[in-house]
Amino acid sequence: MKKFSGRTMLAAVIVAGGAASAAAADKEVHVYNWSNYIDDSILADFTKATGIKVVYDVYDSMETLEAKMFTGRSGYDVVVPTDRNMQVLIEAGAFQKLDKSKIPNLQYAWPDIYKRLATYDPGNEYAVNYMWGTTGLGYDKAKIDARMPDAPVNSMDMIFKPEVAAKFADCGIYMLNSPEDVMPAALNYLGLPPDSKSKEDLQKATDLLLKIRPYVRKFDSSLINPLATGEACVAFGFSGDILQARDTAKSGVEIVYSIPKEGALLWMDSMVIPKDAPNPEAALAFINYIQTPEVIAKATNFVKYPNGNLESQKYVDPAILKDPTIYPPADTMAHLYTTTPNSDEIQDAMTALWQQVLAGK
Amino acid sequence: MAANVTSANARASRLRWLVIAVPLAWMLIFFLIPFFNVLKISFSTRARAMPPYKPVLSMVDGIAGLFDKLQQLTIANYLTLVADSKYWLAYVSSVQIALFSTVLIVLVAYPIAYGMARAPRQWRTTLVMLVILPFWTSFLIRVYAWIGILSDEGLLNQVLMQLGLIDQPLRILTTNWAVYIGIVYSYLPFMILPLYATLEKLDETLLEAAEDLGCPPMKAFWTITFPLSLPGLIAGCFLVFIPITGEFVIPDLLGGSGTLMIGKTLWYEFFNNRNWPLASAVAVVLLLLLVVPIVIFQNQQQKQAEKSR
Repeated sequence: MKKFSGRTMLAAVIVAGGAASAAAADKEVHVYNWSNYIDDSILADFTKATGIKVVYDVYDSMETLEAKMFTGRSGYDVVVPTDRNMQVLIEAGAFQKLDKSKIPNLQYAWPDIYKRLATYDPGNEYAVNYMWGTTGLGYDKAKIDARMPDAPVNSMDMIFKPEVAAKFADCGIYMLNSPEDVMPAALNYLGLPPDSKSKEDLQKATDLLLKIRPYVRKFDSSLINPLATGEACVAFGFSGDILQARDTAKSGVEIVYSIPKEGALLWMDSMVIPKDAPNPEAALAFINYIQTPEVIAKATNFVKYPNGNLESQKYVDPAILKDPTIYPPADTMAHLYTTTPNSDEIQDAMTALWQQVLAGK
Repeated sequence: MAANVTSANARASRLRWLVIAVPLAWMLIFFLIPFFNVLKISFSTRARAMPPYKPVLSMVDGIAGLFDKLQQLTIANYLTLVADSKYWLAYVSSVQIALFSTVLIVLVAYPIAYGMARAPRQWRTTLVMLVILPFWTSFLIRVYAWIGILSDEGLLNQVLMQLGLIDQPLRILTTNWAVYIGIVYSYLPFMILPLYATLEKLDETLLEAAEDLGCPPMKAFWTITFPLSLPGLIAGCFLVFIPITGEFVIPDLLGGSGTLMIGKTLWYEFFNNRNWPLASAVAVVLLLLLVVPIVIFQNQQQKQAEKSR
């Protein structure tokens, strides 16, 4: 999901449920999740099934959540951080280990996803995957066809090959303003390990990015609007953003998402319980309920992201399950990579290089 | 009799204290305490912990523990700021953008404020209301609206193309021009209101006298109106220049990625690098760079005002 944004102030707060009374406090679960990330009827169904009220708040940037977790006493019982940020917060001691006996629905966990999740949460002790997705290319089909009928739409050549990128500079190339997502793609394109922590490798990725920098209109935090409103004709970003742009674009505009053949970053948003959660029992009940195959399938049908629950695929809308850009086929899955958090030194270096890329020099 | 006067004086001074106490408490709670908190963090070191820096000063450790922790404080963050040119470049670039924006705002705001002050008296309240009206909508929503106006397929380009004035959309969004448009639009009321306040109070008999003595209107403006409006102009300049220097949202939403501003640099340190101490140091230095020259300037202004009295 969106990991970098200056729009934290826009984070609207939606409260499902009602005013908290002291007596009902143990019958309440405070959930803090990404915006537009659940079918609201799921929350009502949970209350119906368990009698536990859901107080549901949303954020629209990872930073909002991270700052709240770092300072503690957030008052939330369930939060949904993204992989690398989650690992940093686990290291900082922000979350508590899960009592898995209270989450029987973990039996439906998708082993491939949980193996990848263990990169960030060794031993899968803290996190239950909610949704995952890829980082790839979105494009406006009509504009690309008009400029380059044989465009390599299934390849990062679209952006990383200067002579191709130059053709789309006038209709707008947008990339995520997130070094942690763009640098691995550049490294991977160059045939270097996408998770490389070597400064020389990062310098090579920077050189590649600087070469195509003149053709990039903007490095932005969210690509939904630029694609949907025609500011961008090629965008590199999260699958869900691009699929949302596809759904919100005006009629006659066809936005397409493709997972580049070179491979793509697989990201995961997972549910965890803060160390100082007021009601961890309710949190476990909520997480277990969400992992009911029918329930998480309903969430996937709504948000159009794949989830980490294998059994739920029986209940996922076949159109979504068969969409290779949402549930990639096995051979594409094998090309998806994950990255690990940087040490402070490498993170500082990466940010400094990134600032050079943004400045274009 | 004498005793009465003293007690009246005492009461008056007590009242005066009470009047001062409220803004003082306000400043203490909402400015000084957060500032010292930021200052304290700026001398600490980044850590992977909650909160993400060390040492965390608290009274739990007792006096000895606190003293031990105080020794762990460091000025390393400030040394980094001095050593790495990227911070200075960002400071300089922010000040440049703020200066240019302030000039633009003066050019737009002065005629508006002047027109308002000269408008028939019964219109003035309505005009002031119109200036204030945008504040009723969220600042962020208003900046977002500019994206819809300035984009390639936005309102402005559509109108210009319909009129046949251009045949290719003008590229405004993601350029510095969009940033200036957004800044001028957002900060305009802060310049108009103090200017209007001084211009409205202007003694019109001075202008009548000038006219009677054969002074042409332009000259009367520059020798009478403009100098007398200076206090409002200076107040307006401070009101817009200071926040623009630290502006983050407008360049982020409307500008391209190349616009270098200290607010963005601070953002990267705080969020990307999770370096709260260094980000705090950036904030403290920004505050000092802005506050110190302004205090000096105001002191001098005051001295001049006293001299001329």
